[in-house]
Amino acid sequence: MSLNDLLVNLNLIMPITILTAWACVLLLVDLFIPKERKGITALLAALGLLVALALVISRAGVATSAFNGMIMIDGFATFMSVIFLFSGLAGIAVAYDYLIRSGIERGEYYVLLLFSIVGMMLMAAAADLIMVFLALELLSIPLYVLAGIAVPRPDSEEAALKYFLLGAFASGFFLYGTALVYGATGSTALTEIVSATTSGGVNLSFLVIGAGLILVGLGFKVAVVPFHMWTPDVYQGAPSSVTAFMAVGAKAAGFAALLRIFVLAFPPLAMDLTPVLWALAAFTMIIGNVIAIAQRNIKRMLAYSSIAHAGYIMMALVPYGQGNVAADTVASALFYLLAYMLTSFAAWAVVIALEHNMGEGRDTDGLSLEDYSGLGQKQPALAAAMTVAMLSFIGIPPTLGFVGKFYLLRTVIEGGFPGLALIGLLTSLVSAYYYLRVVVYMYMRDGEPVVRREPWLYFTALATAVGVVVLSIFSEPLFNWASQAVLKLI
Amino acid sequence: MIPISYYLIFAAALFCIGLFGVLARRNAIAILMGIELMLNAVNVNLISFWRYATPEKINGQVFAVIVFAVAAAEVAVGLAIFISVYRRRGTVSADEIDLLKW
Repeated sequence: MSLNDLLVNLNLIMPITILTAWACVLLLVDLFIPKERKGITALLAALGLLVALALVISRAGVATSAFNGMIMIDGFATFMSVIFLFSGLAGIAVAYDYLIRSGIERGEYYVLLLFSIVGMMLMAAAADLIMVFLALELLSIPLYVLAGIAVPRPDSEEAALKYFLLGAFASGFFLYGTALVYGATGSTALTEIVSATTSGGVNLSFLVIGAGLILVGLGFKVAVVPFHMWTPDVYQGAPSSVTAFMAVGAKAAGFAALLRIFVLAFPPLAMDLTPVLWALAAFTMIIGNVIAIAQRNIKRMLAYSSIAHAGYIMMALVPYGQGNVAADTVASALFYLLAYMLTSFAAWAVVIALEHNMGEGRDTDGLSLEDYSGLGQKQPALAAAMTVAMLSFIGIPPTLGFVGKFYLLRTVIEGGFPGLALIGLLTSLVSAYYYLRVVVYMYMRDGEPVVRREPWLYFTALATAVGVVVLSIFSEPLFNWASQAVLKLI
Repeated sequence: MIPISYYLIFAAALFCIGLFGVLARRNAIAILMGIELMLNAVNVNLISFWRYATPEKINGQVFAVIVFAVAAAEVAVGLAIFISVYRRRGTVSADEIDLLKW
C-alpha cells in the first residue's frame, strides 16, 4: 500500500482518523493545562466528538469499504457511530463535575474516553475478524484503566482488576474462535467466510465451534448470562461516570460486532446457533431481572438491569438466519440500542447527581434506595427524569423503551419464536417491580435527599429524558432510518 | 510432514491448560499466565492453519503478530493495575480481593 493509498483510505474513515489524531494531540495538550483547570480538556474532548459527529452525519449516505475490505463504512456503521459519539458526549457531561468532587480530575480521563470511542466506531465498521479483535482491544484497554481511575479508592481498583482479568479471559475465547473459523474457511474476512461456507468444502465442526467461541467472547463483553459474573462488581466499583459510559458504549459495541459477524458471516450456521442464542437470551432475561429484585444498591440494580437488557437485545438475534427476518433483526436491535442509550444516561445522570462521598457529616453514599426518599418533593425535575427512565426500562408508553421492545418482540414473533417473546414479556412484568420501587421511594416516602446541583448533570438527565419521550412519538422515521442502515449491510 | 492434527491437538491442550489455570488459580499473576497460555494456543493454531491451509496468503501470520502485540499492550495495563492493588493491600490473591461480592 503506497502512501497515496494510505491517505485515500484514511480519508474514507475520516471521523475515526480525526478522533484518533485528536486524542493523541489532546494527550500532549493536557500536559500544559494546569491541574485545577482540567475542564478545558473536557471541553476540547467534547469538541473533537462534535466534529466527528458532524463528519459522520455529513457522510451518512456513503457506503464504501476501506483498507482492502477490512473496514466497511455503511449505514450500519454510521448509525452505531452516532450512538457511540452521543454516549461519549453524555459520558463527558456526566463526568465533568463528578470527577472534580471525587478528587479524581485528570485529563487522561477524557483522552482514554476518546480512544475507547475510536475502538467502538472501528468495531461497528469492522468487516474482518482481525479488525474486530483490534477494535475490541482498543475499546477495552482504555475502559480497564478508566474503571480503576479512582485510585486509591479500593473498590475502583478492585473493579479494574476484575474487569481486566475477565476481559482478557474473554479475548482468549474470542481469539480461539476466530482461529478456528480461519482454519475452517481459510479467511478472516466476513464476506469470504460466508462464501467459503456456502460453496462447501469447509470443516463444519470447526466453523460451528469457532462461531460458538466468538459468541462466548463477545457474550462476556455484552454481559449475557452465564458470562455476566463480572458485571455487578465492575459496575458498582468503577466510578459512576465510567459505569454510565461503559454500560452503554461497551454493550452497544459488543452488539454491533455480534450483529455484523452473525448476520454477515454465519447465516449458514443458523440451524446450529439459533438454539444456543435462544437459551442465552432466555436465561439472560430471567436471571438478570430476578436477581435485580434483590438489590438495594442502585448501581448494582442498574447493573443487573443492564444484563436483562442485553437479554432483550439478544432476543432479536435469535432469528438472524432467516433471510426475510434478518433485516428486522438488525433494525430492531439498532433501535433498541438507541433507546437503551438515552434511557440509561437519564438514569445514570440522576444516580450521579445523588451520589456523594461518605463522611463530612453524612453516613450514606447516596447509592442505596433509601437515599431516593423524598426526591419527588425536593427535586421534581430529577425525579421526573428518573421516572421516565424507569418507565422506559420497563417498556411502558409513551417512552422509547416501549417502542423498542415492541419492535424486538415483533421481530421474535416474525421469526417464529412466540415462546421467547412470552418470556420477554413476562420478565418485563417482573422488572416493573424493581423499577417502580425506585419511583415509589421517590414520591411516596419522606426524606432529605442530598443532591448535587450542577448544570451539566441536570442538562444530561433532562435532555435524555425528554428525548426518550419525544422520540417515542416520532419513532416511525427513526425506525425507518435504522432499517435503511440495514439494507446496506445485507 | 507432520499432520496438522498434531498441531491442533497440541494447541487445544495448551488452551485447556491455560483455561484450567485461569479457573483454578487464585493469584492474579497466575491467572494472567493462564490467559497468556490461551493466547499462545491461539497463535499455534493460527500459524499451523496458515502453513497448511493458505500458505500463499499472509493473513494468518499477520493475525498472529497482531495477537501478541495486543496481548503485550494488555499485559502492560494489567500489571500496572496489579501493582497498584498490591501496594495497597499487599496481595493480589483473588480470594482476598473481596470488597465487592463476586
